[in-house]
Amino acid sequence: MKPAPFEYHAPETVADVVGLLAEHGDDAKPLAGGQSLVPLLAMRLTRFEHIVDLNRVDELFGVSADNGGVRTGAMTRQAAVETDAAVADRVPLLHLATPHIGHFQIRNRGTIGGSIAHADPASEYPAVMLALDGVAEIASTSGTREVPAAEFFESTFMTAVAPDELLVALRFSAWDQPAGFAFDEIARRSGDFALAGAAVGIGTDADGRINRAAVGMLGVGPIPLRASSVEAALLGLAASEADPAEIGRLAADDMDPIGDVHASVDYRLQAGSTLVGRVLAEALAQVSTEAGNG
Amino acid sequence: MADQIPLSMTVNGRTRRGLGEPRLTLADFLREQALCTGVHLGCEHGVCGSCTVMMDGQAVRSCLLFAVQADGADITTVEGLAPDEETLHPVQEAFRDCHGLQCGFCTPGFVISVAAFLEANPDPSDEEIRHGISGNLCRCTGYQGIVAATRQAAAVMKGNEQS
Repeated sequence: MKPAPFEYHAPETVADVVGLLAEHGDDAKPLAGGQSLVPLLAMRLTRFEHIVDLNRVDELFGVSADNGGVRTGAMTRQAAVETDAAVADRVPLLHLATPHIGHFQIRNRGTIGGSIAHADPASEYPAVMLALDGVAEIASTSGTREVPAAEFFESTFMTAVAPDELLVALRFSAWDQPAGFAFDEIARRSGDFALAGAAVGIGTDADGRINRAAVGMLGVGPIPLRASSVEAALLGLAASEADPAEIGRLAADDMDPIGDVHASVDYRLQAGSTLVGRVLAEALAQVSTEAGNG
Repeated sequence: MADQIPLSMTVNGRTRRGLGEPRLTLADFLREQALCTGVHLGCEHGVCGSCTVMMDGQAVRSCLLFAVQADGADITTVEGLAPDEETLHPVQEAFRDCHGLQCGFCTPGFVISVAAFLEANPDPSDEEIRHGISGNLCRCTGYQGIVAATRQAAAVMKGNEQS
């Protein structure tokens, strides 16, 4: 359980990071929190000649207000996201999803950018990013480009970030009120990778009719997926009258799960769509309360 | 073969210097060069929590960090938790009182995790305790004794603060 030898780089600026990535290409890998990469290295499922440590690049850390929403630097620790007041206020779904990631010791090191760039289909932040139409800021020696969540996740562990590029930040916009958000997942043990999970946002107009619905799912496909059938069925309904269990069942149509030692295809479809219904119920209850208060 | 890199960090209040390849984990540095063999290695890929130490005050898995990343950091292992050689830390005391250990292999990781957990949550419910210790695996106790120990340590540490 020891990684293969590598050369270690500890740059202090994004410019130096992308310079190293341009120089070494496929042979280099950025190291963020290391909570996924280091186990992969230790088990020798992967190896790189150059490890580019991002932990001393100050400009990659921190949450800032951004046009009513938030911009989170890629190296912002999950523990920092969990307790950030602006995140809780403006992007509640990100706040709600964070405690489901690993354990607190993992979140003390793990980062939002690392989780999204790693793109494990069973992890939380990619599904939240997809549901919220987050935007990725990606840097290289030729400048910075932006990629919307819908185009970011290409296949399992593969994203729009090229080997010579670095994910530098994620941007999330705030929703108009009233809105309700909920997140939950099914895992065998606390902190295990989820068998299925759902991230739901519901927005309504002043009359309580649903005018925005976002349902992200994890663990039920090769990449995080949106439950488009569920979203379409919700639009135009009165939030107080929508039947979440019934509508949640539609989510099975949008899933593409694999069966493995942890759960069969059937189990994931059934448990996953039941979960979507439950999380949806929570978001609907919340938006109805919000509307009542407003 | 990658070059050996000089390392320097504070371990339990003392400066420790060493030398290692970049791939040397913090856990192996602490065990083999700083001789803190209370840092136990169970799984070496971040699952079991036996290697948990505090880095700059935060509980982390030392098997998922390279020693070179901790250069300049302040590390506390289970050896550095007690205030002096005669006195146990309240968490250690509670583990002994409540049968929070049997074989003892997982104990250093649990003790560090619980100490860090109580620092952030001084008055946890049983459910919060169970959630808080979920990042550490114990194959002996069935966890009941560990939950009881955490409860006792919380009460003692709160009392100490008030007095």
